[in-house]
Amino acid sequence: MLSTLGYASAVGALLGAAIMTIAGFRAGLSRGGDEFTATIARRAAYFAFFAMTAGMLAMEVALLTHDFSVDYVARVGSIETPTYYTAISLWSSLDGSILFWGWILAGYGALFAFTRRREWNGPEARTRAPDGRIAAGLRMTPVVTAVIGTVGLFFFGLLVGPSNPFGLIDPAPANGPGPNPLLQNHPLMGLHPPMLYFGFVGMTVPFAFAIAGLLIGNVEARWLRDARRWTIGAWAFLTMGIIGGGWWSYEVLGWGGAWAWDPVENASFLPWLTATAFLHSAMVQERRGMLKTWNLTLMISTFLLVLFGTFLTRSGIIDSVHAFADGPIGPIFFGYIAFVLIVSMVLIGWRANRLHAPGQIEAAASRESAFIVNNLLLVGFTFTVLLGTLFPLIVEAVRGDRISVGAPYFDMVATPIGLALLFLMGIGPALPWRRASGEKIKKAFLVATGIGVAAGVAAFLLGIRQFYPIVTIAAAAFVMTTIVEEFAKGVRARRRIAGRSVGGALVDLFTRNGRRYGGYVVHVGVVVIALAISVSWTWKFEREGTLRDGQRMAIGDYEIEFVDVWATQEAQRVVIGSTVNAYRNGRPLGEMRPRMNIYPSNPQPIATPAVKSSLTSDLYLTLMAFDEAEGSHATIRAIVNPGIVWLWIGGLIMGLGSLISIWPRGVGRSRSAGEALLADTAAAVTSTGPATESEAADEPEPAGVGT
Amino acid sequence: MKKNRLWMLAGLIAIAGAITVLAAGGLSDNMVFFLTPTELQARTPDVYGSQIRLGGQVKPSSVDWDAESAELQFVIMEEGVEITVESTGAPPAMFGDGMGVVVEGVYHDDGVFRSTNVMVKHSNEYEPPHDEADASETYKSLMDNDS
Repeated sequence: MLSTLGYASAVGALLGAAIMTIAGFRAGLSRGGDEFTATIARRAAYFAFFAMTAGMLAMEVALLTHDFSVDYVARVGSIETPTYYTAISLWSSLDGSILFWGWILAGYGALFAFTRRREWNGPEARTRAPDGRIAAGLRMTPVVTAVIGTVGLFFFGLLVGPSNPFGLIDPAPANGPGPNPLLQNHPLMGLHPPMLYFGFVGMTVPFAFAIAGLLIGNVEARWLRDARRWTIGAWAFLTMGIIGGGWWSYEVLGWGGAWAWDPVENASFLPWLTATAFLHSAMVQERRGMLKTWNLTLMISTFLLVLFGTFLTRSGIIDSVHAFADGPIGPIFFGYIAFVLIVSMVLIGWRANRLHAPGQIEAAASRESAFIVNNLLLVGFTFTVLLGTLFPLIVEAVRGDRISVGAPYFDMVATPIGLALLFLMGIGPALPWRRASGEKIKKAFLVATGIGVAAGVAAFLLGIRQFYPIVTIAAAAFVMTTIVEEFAKGVRARRRIAGRSVGGALVDLFTRNGRRYGGYVVHVGVVVIALAISVSWTWKFEREGTLRDGQRMAIGDYEIEFVDVWATQEAQRVVIGSTVNAYRNGRPLGEMRPRMNIYPSNPQPIATPAVKSSLTSDLYLTLMAFDEAEGSHATIRAIVNPGIVWLWIGGLIMGLGSLISIWPRGVGRSRSAGEALLADTAAAVTSTGPATESEAADEPEPAGVGT
Repeated sequence: MKKNRLWMLAGLIAIAGAITVLAAGGLSDNMVFFLTPTELQARTPDVYGSQIRLGGQVKPSSVDWDAESAELQFVIMEEGVEITVESTGAPPAMFGDGMGVVVEGVYHDDGVFRSTNVMVKHSNEYEPPHDEADASETYKSLMDNDS
């Protein structure tokens, strides 16, 4: 019953995607396009979402009611697994994860269509292009919907065909093995996978914009701004998914760190890098009309890297904590990646004549050149991470040697590139567009440079002797100063123009130009994360010891005292733990209980560290070994991790900044095409204005530009 | 303006070049070879001092773990070739005679492999073990404790 309903839903979604594709392309590209066909494409997007929601609910009900006649449930479910982990085991194995992916994809398609449902109410609806097609401003929506539909054809097709989670097993087994033990060991498992999926799948929308723009032959700032906004949304999910994944790794894997440059971690980081590059380069095109091909390439590459990451995790070609078992799906994915790549390249080649940029870089000291350097660094970063990830595969294919590229490689390349990007974050926003006079540069950077240098010197005087931490601290101080100056400038302007209080002026900056000031908040998050990485990396230390009755072990400020070793039988596992009392500077912190969990489906115990967090440092205990017979002693590894909580806090700040950036202004009133056109003109006018216009905060913002 | 753009271009090429050099240098310094004991022996003396992952089986009754000093010594073997491994720190859970292990570290010319990381090999497939002892039986004596 549930199996039939689920499968029918997948077929329905596939049908919806087919209609989205056909009707959308017809409405936007052919002469037969009209409001009717555009409406069909939109409704098909709603229908696909409805069908996928039904399919996902059918799977959830099957999981929660332990209906082991459904193939997927028989593979990942078990009666003993707690309800929470049963519910989230939707994404604990291959087929379920594709179902979840498909549901989010359908959701993005429907949301995109929904936000643009009123376009036909505007004046453009009554006009037609000379060749008989619908007005230019109306073509984008149906074609983007159609491209999302083509991606849906692939993913819903996987569900109907090779990756069907709804298969029936007859006779149904009485119980299943439960999810992979690593995936049912910590509640955070409910957090970062969906975030990552929302981020990954969300990159489909900017990709669809890029392909639609190429198909229509219209690559302009007007839709680019919308594409950028969708990208920020997906990017914020991806950011928090990556940081949340680090948090999960820290709380579950027991080695005391958050990031190991594991191939699958890298696979999530690669599209993040190219999307970040796009978020910056898109602004250059908006303001100056340059970098059209580059922006299209970044949007398309981000989507390709998402597919590539999915391929890596699901093809079984790499070994990783995240790898799903081998399946037939690898070659299919590979074929799809090749298809998307070739189609995109052909389209860019075909439209090359329309991609010529009218603008030019006028001066090396300008906002646009800062963005170009930023993009070069981000793409260089992408390249080095990709190289390190794929190098073992290349060497094995060419020379037959099995090698791995260690984390030191990634640390070695990531640190200088990351620091250069950090510095640039303080430079770019303070530079005006077009060109900056020497006077202006001096004014913009004098204070910040002074504070940056002072911070570096102070760090040195406080006894910090390592090169990278000193540079990071100096860069962080420099960047924070420029951000504070930007806010101060904006607040002063609002006070002068609108006579607001300081607090009111700050609120104004966020509500009236959230896009810009939200962006600065994201930058603050990045600075916090950079400091957290630097501090926790440099001053982390560990000690391991075997403790007996009442014995104590000191680790820095901390001390732990052995109490006992115990074991308990839980429904789905046996838990062995050691209880210790923790102290910091002699002050009791309470009990800590590092554990090992033994699941019946896996002979390898899964360690669960015990963590005591504080804003200054974490005490992190892992149970390494214990006396099996009497519990008289335990070997415990204790790690002191300074400042690591700021990594998670920085991630939250980045998410918050993104939210401010894309928060719709004038809720309930969707911008009509006419208004968008007005805003475009306003933007075009300001972008040809004098060099001072980067200080737009000194002037009232033109209506709509901030969206 | 021409001159300005030329400088800009030179700057961009310099950045790209620096990243390439960084990546190439980093790769050649940080490649870790996966070797079996046989391959390791065949490649001496070239492999002395370089970072290696060595995979094989723990030779039965070769494990010497001193909980007080946290010193671990054992022998990895494969097809009759034996390599002595030393490491500091507790062995991972499930480590023991006959287990497949991967150790990461450096092979020295005194014939001892000094490991910084000992990992137990396990398959990615989570098949339920059929003849494994029940964990609740194995740790029964601990369960009788007060907790």
